[in-house]
Amino acid sequence: MKYDEFGDNESLELLRESGSNVLLTTIDDVINWGRKNSLWPLTFATSCCGIEMMQTGAPKHDFARFGMEVYRASPRQADVIVVAGTIVKKMAPVLKRLYDQMSEPKYVVAMGACTITGGPFFLHSYSVVNGVDKIIPVDVYIPGCPPRPQALLYGMLQLQRLIETQTIESRKKRNASHNY
Amino acid sequence: MEEKAKDIITDEQQEYIINIGPQHPSTHGVMRLVVSLKGEFVLNVEPHIGYIHRGIEKMCESLTYPQIIHLTDRMDYLSAHINNEAVCLAVEKALEVDIPDRVKVIRTLMSELTRIQSHELFWASYGMDLGGQTCYFYGLRDREMVLDIFEETTGGRMIVSYNCPGGVMYDLHPNFRKRVKEFIKHFRKVLPEYDDILTNNVIFHGRTVGIGPLPLKEAIAYGITGPSGRASGFSCDVRKHEPYSAYDRVKFNEVLFTEGDSYHRYLARVEEMRESMDIIEQLIDNIPEGPYAVKMKPVIKLPEGEYYQRVETARGELGVFIISDGNKLPYRVKFRTPNFANLSVLNHLVKGFKIADLIAIFGSLDFVIPDIDR
Repeated sequence: MKYDEFGDNESLELLRESGSNVLLTTIDDVINWGRKNSLWPLTFATSCCGIEMMQTGAPKHDFARFGMEVYRASPRQADVIVVAGTIVKKMAPVLKRLYDQMSEPKYVVAMGACTITGGPFFLHSYSVVNGVDKIIPVDVYIPGCPPRPQALLYGMLQLQRLIETQTIESRKKRNASHNY
Repeated sequence: MEEKAKDIITDEQQEYIINIGPQHPSTHGVMRLVVSLKGEFVLNVEPHIGYIHRGIEKMCESLTYPQIIHLTDRMDYLSAHINNEAVCLAVEKALEVDIPDRVKVIRTLMSELTRIQSHELFWASYGMDLGGQTCYFYGLRDREMVLDIFEETTGGRMIVSYNCPGGVMYDLHPNFRKRVKEFIKHFRKVLPEYDDILTNNVIFHGRTVGIGPLPLKEAIAYGITGPSGRASGFSCDVRKHEPYSAYDRVKFNEVLFTEGDSYHRYLARVEEMRESMDIIEQLIDNIPEGPYAVKMKPVIKLPEGEYYQRVETARGELGVFIISDGNKLPYRVKFRTPNFANLSVLNHLVKGFKIADLIAIFGSLDFVIPDIDR
């Protein structure tokens, strides 16, 4: 999706696939509304970014404003996994299993430089996975080391917008292409 | 402890093994504990580490000294500034650089602010571990004020990377003094509230008093440092015994208890917040004028030899050991991290207690997992 097209909330209709029938789009609208306003993240934090994630849930920044405050400890109850912190080779199979255990629809947010490219551990380290997208499909990337709470909130809002543009058809396509 | 377990367990249940983690909210990160149970009582705990092993020590061998500093932030991220300081002090010791007074005071002030925010997070998460959600909101609300102070001066909220060999990166922000005073004033007012919520709470007492006692002899044998060690009466404060930066010119008490149970490990941290505030109040009004850094050579080469520097982080004693072969890259860097040593005592502490007490004991030792694994 081009950057220009992802300008504001009003332009979202342009992104929808043309030619969908009226009934399906209405159902999609209702489903997406529900999904995007109750994203339940998994309490998954490996390092520093996890503390900023906690701080986002704390009084000043307040995750709860956007309906994401319900942190779930079990992947089976979670909708979105915020990969907060470095993933090393020993942790990689565990992360994959956590992702597989989540029920559809599931989303992945890569938070912090470590999960995007390996960050400060990109060079010289023998044990860091250079980018979490080598293991699981990522929907939103949030740069920073660690990202500010505002950045995490922005990233999560982008995820909400992503959900808003999805249709049954596009979800099917996405799942097929994300056969990891 | 083993005798206690034997006494209580009379039924004929078989040993039962459960696996806690690596993804579990009360392990504060990615730690895996293999727990053997008999009934509800813990027989043995085997911690598995390495789920966040990033090979920082090995990476240091291919990075220059100013670059190493930025990796140490990511070890114990809650005492990021103190970790930086340890490497800087080791490098400065090796080069025999004279550090201006202003730098020493700035580093001490920042270290104590770091300690306060770390203990606030401990307070918040320990309360949450034991079922008090309010603590989470109170603790993190006040922690945000410290982070704002950091952000204004250093540009980083938690991972500050403020130190460099020879001083600090930039001068203090003009607002620094005002903001710190505001924070201290606010925090003195809210600390009694903390006591009302958790320290004097009957349920909290029931969960922590007498749980996981650690005698002084064993604390020394296991090398338990920091507030956890001092709760057992082990006088191990590096700030007191081997003062670095500006700790030799401030008056503060080393918080010592003799009981050594979970409650006193918690109490030692709360009392340390008060001591840290005292230190800050002594220094904040007399920050000496002068340069904020000494001009160093663009390429820092340490003379051949071995250098060791220890500092007191929020969790205990951090030692930095550098072997140099006279090159711009170190030959070997070893970190003696407090959490790794503190983890060794976990199995000893939890034997004979119930599975729910495992969380109380684990939380009271205040682990940061990347500091264990490095």
